[in-house]
Amino acid sequence: MNAPEVAIIDSGGANINSIVFAFQRLGCSPVFTQDWEQIQAASHVVLPGVGAAKASMNHLTQLGLTEKIPQLTQPVLGICLGMQLLFERSEEGNVAGLGVIPGVVGRMPKQAGLTIPHMGWNRNYFERNPFEQVPSDTMFNGIEDRSFAYFVHSFSVPVGPWTVAKSHHGEWFSSIVGLRNFIGIQFHPERSGELGSQILRNFLQWKCLSRV
Amino acid sequence: MSAAMSGLAKRIIPCLDVRDGNVVKGVRFREHRIVGDIVELSMRYRDAGADELVLYDITASPEARLVDVSWVERIARVIDIPFCVAGGIRSVEAARRVLNSGADKISVNSPAIQNPQLVQELAEAFGSQCVVVGIDSLEIDGEYMVKKMTGDPNKTADAGLKTMDWVQQVQVLGAGEIVLNCMNQDGVRRGYDIHQLARVRSICHVPLIASGGAGQMSHFQEVFKDAAVDGALAASVFHNQTLAIPDLKAYLTKESITVRV
Repeated sequence: MNAPEVAIIDSGGANINSIVFAFQRLGCSPVFTQDWEQIQAASHVVLPGVGAAKASMNHLTQLGLTEKIPQLTQPVLGICLGMQLLFERSEEGNVAGLGVIPGVVGRMPKQAGLTIPHMGWNRNYFERNPFEQVPSDTMFNGIEDRSFAYFVHSFSVPVGPWTVAKSHHGEWFSSIVGLRNFIGIQFHPERSGELGSQILRNFLQWKCLSRV
Repeated sequence: MSAAMSGLAKRIIPCLDVRDGNVVKGVRFREHRIVGDIVELSMRYRDAGADELVLYDITASPEARLVDVSWVERIARVIDIPFCVAGGIRSVEAARRVLNSGADKISVNSPAIQNPQLVQELAEAFGSQCVVVGIDSLEIDGEYMVKKMTGDPNKTADAGLKTMDWVQQVQVLGAGEIVLNCMNQDGVRRGYDIHQLARVRSICHVPLIASGGAGQMSHFQEVFKDAAVDGALAASVFHNQTLAIPDLKAYLTKESITVRV
């Protein structure tokens, strides 16, 4: 078996090293790239995201990647903002997303006594068979229901047909989403202890049938 | 924040003092000795169940600090919980260097008092979620007042700001989290300043972290229940092993406080 070749898409923004380091801890040597050929050739693709939706989408548009990313057939993992970019639109700057998954990213509700950003460790509730959304028998190995992960965000994806797991802060929102070979994680797996490492490990084990 | 509103766990946050890339112990800016390797100590707290770490850079010379943030990267390579770097960050460029090295957040204190625009510039450059504002607050004649340059006893001075006003202002400027260090309680281990923290909580809509005064397990229970803070920061009780984090978390769970276990 060949070692996974992970491409992390350079979607702009600072602090990309922590996700690179997380894959290195699992024995991978990910490439950090803007180059479509490198992205397309990778066995696994990661779309990270730090910063604002608009800036990231502008960056991806300049690179000519917004039409191409939805066509990828290997496992693709969107993290935090990278997950939100998989959707049709975001209320953050009212910007169009990549449109891989139908749905709109919304601003988290402001309520008395509720802190925004949603920052800290919160639980993931897996409500139904996650393999309906993500056709992989490895992706959720060893992930316990209601386990804690580290979140930092002010916008969120509502619960819908794409929801694999949800979390609660003022209201329920999607913490993990999936559709075909695309998976999105609202929390930071690189900063979520054992749970995060296990999710990344499972992701690397995932092979899409269409590419075998 | 009531438990029903959010599933967020209360955070337990050890704070490590770092000088020239080593963890040190002692009175700040005075005779401190190296107590251990920064990576080893960070991982020890991670393994014990710390939810986050604050690394407070007390390197005396700002020049030395700018040259060497390689210790940040050494931690980022191995650790899988979030960590914040505090101390000496005076510019967007310095913050960028720390964040690019793998830190999750940067914390500013006196430089934000000297130049409040810095908070806004940092939030615009990196997003509010990266920007923590540390506030050292001292009760003077029944009024909470901000102190600056508290790292050096010879330079500590009034900032000319009321704590409540400054808490409001930094939120408008884009702070994503506030660490309130209550100086009346600092180092005395008689418990967090519940009264002050509860007052700040009432006007603080971003995460609020309590600092100063932790001496025993019940102090954590009090600050989470009575001041509704999001996290509790402590140094000496963890470093001198008065409290072990697994015991503390088991105790808090028994007290019906949500913690990550």
